[in-house]
Amino acid sequence: MNIVVLIKEVPDMDRVKFDKEKGVVDRSSAEAEINPFDMHALQAAVDLKKKYNANVTVVTMGPPRAEKSLRDAYARGADKCVLLTDRKFGGSDTYATAITLASAIQRIKDCDLIICGEKSVDGDTAQVGAEVAEFLDLPHTYYVEKIISINETEIEVVSSKMRGSKQIRKMKLPALIGVNKNINIPQLPTLKRKLESLNIGIEKLGMDDLLDYMTEENTGFKGSPTKVSKIEIPKEASREGRIFRDDRESFIKAFIAESRC
Amino acid sequence: MIERALLKHSLQKAGVNLDKYAGVLIVAEQDKGEIHKVTSELLNKGKELAGKLKASLECLILAGEGIAAEELNFRGADTVYYMKSEAFEVQEEYLFKSNISEFIKEHKPEIVLVGATDFGRSLAPRVAAALRTGLTADCTEMEIDEAGKLIQIRPAFSDNILAHIRTVTYPQMATIRYKEFCESGRDASKPVNIVEVKPYLDEYDKSRVVRVFSDEEFDITEAEVIVAGGRGIRRKEDLTILEELAEVMGGAVGASRALVDAGMISGAHQVGYSGNRVKPGIYVACGISGAPQHLAGMKESDVIIAINSDPSAPIFNVCDFGYVGDLYEIVPELIRAVRRG
Repeated sequence: MNIVVLIKEVPDMDRVKFDKEKGVVDRSSAEAEINPFDMHALQAAVDLKKKYNANVTVVTMGPPRAEKSLRDAYARGADKCVLLTDRKFGGSDTYATAITLASAIQRIKDCDLIICGEKSVDGDTAQVGAEVAEFLDLPHTYYVEKIISINETEIEVVSSKMRGSKQIRKMKLPALIGVNKNINIPQLPTLKRKLESLNIGIEKLGMDDLLDYMTEENTGFKGSPTKVSKIEIPKEASREGRIFRDDRESFIKAFIAESRC
Repeated sequence: MIERALLKHSLQKAGVNLDKYAGVLIVAEQDKGEIHKVTSELLNKGKELAGKLKASLECLILAGEGIAAEELNFRGADTVYYMKSEAFEVQEEYLFKSNISEFIKEHKPEIVLVGATDFGRSLAPRVAAALRTGLTADCTEMEIDEAGKLIQIRPAFSDNILAHIRTVTYPQMATIRYKEFCESGRDASKPVNIVEVKPYLDEYDKSRVVRVFSDEEFDITEAEVIVAGGRGIRRKEDLTILEELAEVMGGAVGASRALVDAGMISGAHQVGYSGNRVKPGIYVACGISGAPQHLAGMKESDVIIAINSDPSAPIFNVCDFGYVGDLYEIVPELIRAVRRG
């Protein structure tokens, strides 16, 4: 069984500083890491690898430095790492990103299952997974919290929603699943794999390698149907912020007044 | 094995005539025969946009027998398209996507809005990709510019910026979170105009919903009052004081990620970026420091009341009023005070 895991390298959102003047993320303020939601996708693939002897390929699109996240993915149990990197991919929105990823998956060819995380912590759109499924014409479901069974032809999963409503879904392979964070607890890499990861080869694919599947017009800024026309810094919501320290009675009074209306 | 060169071939066929697109289409959401409230919120926003464009407001609903489609007229839709099939009684992305995208290809609305519910977030990107058009997620505001184009406004990078986004393809598609806008008013004197549409595809054998079940009916996003706990809660049993306060105020208990990760309460109660985004009338944050990840999920609440022993906790910067002190002392007092009235 061949599994492709789609990951994204993101800044550590708890630490990253935001330059309010310029309206951009100061990427030097925090280290880049694998999107935390994608850690669950990777772990799900590694768990299947242990159980079914699957082969796990991790794919990411990004600048050359994203190699670091791929090495981390290897250390955590991936077998093969593919980096889609080319200036021509730059400025891609979710649509163009999905086409580029789908093209790479077509190039990889042997793929029975694609796993992605619920969303990315920086973009928060959750769009790329479903768009990839569409471009490859595969069935998909999101919010998978359990893989019940999988064989050469079919996968059965529990797909859960925030509101507690769940589905048992059977899909023919190849298929794409988006997993949520309840599916597993991502494991730490072993020291042995960590050391190995420093010397593994990373397969790099650029535009020229994907010409059988897409054209330059489909990717990067040119291939993106959505364009950011303006960036605005939101006004801070102003609230009264009355703080009661020792005056317990006044606080209770204010609380009661509020709870009545 | 994934078919080779299929993608390139299908992309070459794309390309649209921009002039023929007109009207605003709302994709309604229903679950188990009930129309989701986000639909009325989309109709409300859609009506405003359609008004500016002097265009019609249309609504498409995919459902089984017996859905109250006229309600969508009462809520503002000029025309309701009702695509009826047993297959739509369960939410399966591929079938919904196929039918919605075929409908859109035929009817050519210039704007399509979908609710960013769980199902909507999974479905809308597929519909957009099938139509070879862009999609903007979770818009918090929308405007029409002088040229009649849609400006989609959404927060990005943990709400640090607001991005104005335009789509250069048609239709211009966006999703909107539940409770972002008010519901449109209901006017039962509005003419009922329902057009039944035959499904384009009502069977898909590559994906089947085998069973639908629910292990927790609780929905925190519906609560008008939320009493939420964070790291300041020391033991699982201590949650009972929050439950009690929530109960006397007619509300529900929420939690920060810390409590959910510690296994003290289920994820259905989690408020925050990776949990639920809530917008209740009153949000009482007890022992919650106010990490950005939590604030992203509750800062739109009407009134925020904070209780924390640490006067420098960031939650105090976003609250309407707060109390610096021990929640274990003040919460029982609040319970008694609310009971007394």
